[in-house]
Amino acid sequence: MLELVDLTHRYGTYHAIDRINLTVKQGEVVCVVGPSGCGKSTLLRSIAGLIKPTGGRVLLDGRPVESTPDNLAVVFQDYSRSLYPWLSALANVSLPLRRRGLDRKARDEAAMAALTEVGLGTAAAKFPWEMSGGMQQRVSIARALAYRPKLLLMDEPFGSVDAQTREELEDLVLRVCAHHGMTILLITHDVDESVYVGDRVVVLSKAPGTVTGDLTVDLPGPRDQIRTRELDAFVKLRADVGRMVRGMTNNNHHEVEHR
Amino acid sequence: MNRKGFAGRLARLWIVPVALVLWELATRVAAQPYFPAPSSIVVRIQELWFSGPLTRVLLTDAAIESFGPSLGRLFAGWVLAGLAGVLLGVAIGRSAKLADYLDPILQFGRAVPPPLLVPIFFALFQIGTPTQLAIIVFGVIWPVLLNTADGCRTVDRQYLETARVFGFSRPDVLRRVVLPAAMPKIFAGLRLSLSLALILMVVSELVGSTSGIGYGLLTAQQNFLFVDVWAYIVLLGVLGFLLNASFLLLESRILAWHQRARRTI
Amino acid sequence: MSRLIGSTVLRGAVGATGLLVVLEAAGRTGLIDTTFLPLVSTVLARAAELAVDGEFLAHAFASAEAWFWALALTIAVAVPAGLLLGVARPAEVAARPLIEFLRPIPSVALIPLAIMLFQNQLHMRMSVAVYAATWPVLINTIYGVRDVDPLAKETLRSFGFGPGSVVLRVVLPSAAPFIATGVRLAASVAIILVVTAEVVAGGINGIGIFINQAGSGNRVDLMIAATAWVGLFGIAVNALLVAAEKRVFRWHHKRLAGVS
Repeated sequence: MLELVDLTHRYGTYHAIDRINLTVKQGEVVCVVGPSGCGKSTLLRSIAGLIKPTGGRVLLDGRPVESTPDNLAVVFQDYSRSLYPWLSALANVSLPLRRRGLDRKARDEAAMAALTEVGLGTAAAKFPWEMSGGMQQRVSIARALAYRPKLLLMDEPFGSVDAQTREELEDLVLRVCAHHGMTILLITHDVDESVYVGDRVVVLSKAPGTVTGDLTVDLPGPRDQIRTRELDAFVKLRADVGRMVRGMTNNNHHEVEHR
Repeated sequence: MNRKGFAGRLARLWIVPVALVLWELATRVAAQPYFPAPSSIVVRIQELWFSGPLTRVLLTDAAIESFGPSLGRLFAGWVLAGLAGVLLGVAIGRSAKLADYLDPILQFGRAVPPPLLVPIFFALFQIGTPTQLAIIVFGVIWPVLLNTADGCRTVDRQYLETARVFGFSRPDVLRRVVLPAAMPKIFAGLRLSLSLALILMVVSELVGSTSGIGYGLLTAQQNFLFVDVWAYIVLLGVLGFLLNASFLLLESRILAWHQRARRTI
Repeated sequence: MSRLIGSTVLRGAVGATGLLVVLEAAGRTGLIDTTFLPLVSTVLARAAELAVDGEFLAHAFASAEAWFWALALTIAVAVPAGLLLGVARPAEVAARPLIEFLRPIPSVALIPLAIMLFQNQLHMRMSVAVYAATWPVLINTIYGVRDVDPLAKETLRSFGFGPGSVVLRVVLPSAAPFIATGVRLAASVAIILVVTAEVVAGGINGIGIFINQAGSGNRVDLMIAATAWVGLFGIAVNALLVAAEKRVFRWHHKRLAGVS
């Protein structure tokens, strides 16, 4: 459903991503992992239509992405700046539904259902600044869910929360997205997370980012924080991905040392 | 501060009675006609404006005659300037090009001391309420306009990207994202404008008016009524304080999200 | 980047000239009665003449004198007071209600009182200007002192410096950028109050007096030209002080980069 063809972007002289080719199938959960500064955010912003890439194409359902597509939602890393502090959790979730042509009652019902699904049914009237970071990120997820996108983009969605909340949120995303049959592209720098969450892990090199690895994660579902992580297959995959990501950083390390 | 509650906050005001007593003593010792004792000022204030019938909350005819026109001009001018300032400010803040074209004009408009508009407007137009209103509108629009433009220009990029991702319509982006995000700055501008409107009200009444608080102050000065002059100054001080305090109250109600969000971050 | 700045300046110039041209055309075509509002070109010509007019310059000098001394007196009073209130927390807590009651008094209301109290027109103008200009300096100084990094103070104290040298060596330098901002705001406020006092109280010389005289002679062109000079003076003072702040407090601006 999502196809990237030779996707390239430069900011002035800075070459962020270079000829990225990637195909994501309907219902797949794909994790993009790479070292910091590998152009992950540039990739996501190109797919979401927030920036116009300087080269290559983004095809969503076979159509080129020009402005922001209406069947796509994004969960940003920085929840404190992506939720509107002047709106309650419910209003934050229901606001995007205006695009869906629903009346106020239908919007509020859909928003309430999404909040309940992420376990915040009783906190709908709260404002973002009355919530913990994990709760705010749940609201972000609920907003994306209520929007019913076919493709959900997540930019380091669990990067700013503590470890335990992170595990809860990982399971939450897997559960609700499977339930709705959503396709997910999740960007992370965390190797462990990419293997745990993904059906597939795509490894990017450091800038200019390009695809250096593409592994299928063949682990039984539903995943479980304890049991999945102790499977031999998980451990091996994690080591493989880690080597691919670190392989690059090791080389860099040598370059620095020999200079 | 909050723990101690209302009583604690009241206790912090101990300096006010102390200052009043010292003021009273100093003026009695000095016995200068220019510096009447605060007690005599209070008595005069009561005589002048607050000895009317109970049915009119004690306001005297003189009070109604001078407060009415003054406050009317003040609020009408401020509201008009606020509306125009926000409208223009949004337009300028949302269009970088428009801002570029207008910037020198705006900077100049802001730099002209608003009280100098008083003699010019009185030379151009007839002395009277419409001219005074025009002076207030023209003089106090700048803080609102420039603050609104600044607030609309500096909306957090992520707020706008979120709106784009979820396909907000242009009016929705403006009404539900840009305006709320700019609201703290808009309010700061409105507050500055309110105190400036009070100043312009007084100046316009001092220079060319036959009614209002400023006119009363001028007459008192010209007749060397020292206690009356002080009474008018105290009255204007209290008015300034009340305007500022009520605006802050309104602001804390409407911008509760802003103040609390800032406290938690 | 330089092209970007170029286009911004260019657009600004286009906007400003555009407005002047439109007003000029409105006057010339009779859309605006020139006996009511003079032509832009007339006002510009008057403004140019005033720049070399000895009488006008004497008026301007009188105003500038009052402005300068008012600002100097404000700094001399408000900075030490602000330092004191900023360092001594209980004093600040005690004084705050007084500040909050006195500050909203519209300063122009004091002009009639000042007329009665001061026979000397320079002192009269200075007194109202000082009253209004004190608040931004005082409040910024208190705020600046409060903002001083306690670690810096403790470091110096641990080396055995007394409270006096701590204020001199740490508090004053770190509060200086805030004080400078306060002084810049006070400079604009003082300009406004000096000319307002002149317009309201009258006197022998001063820009406000010039404007009043032009008004009684129904010379709107001269009034606007003189007012424009006051506006330009305000812009120049502000720009000069901003540039000075940027130069002197480079370290401060670097630290705050992106914050404000």
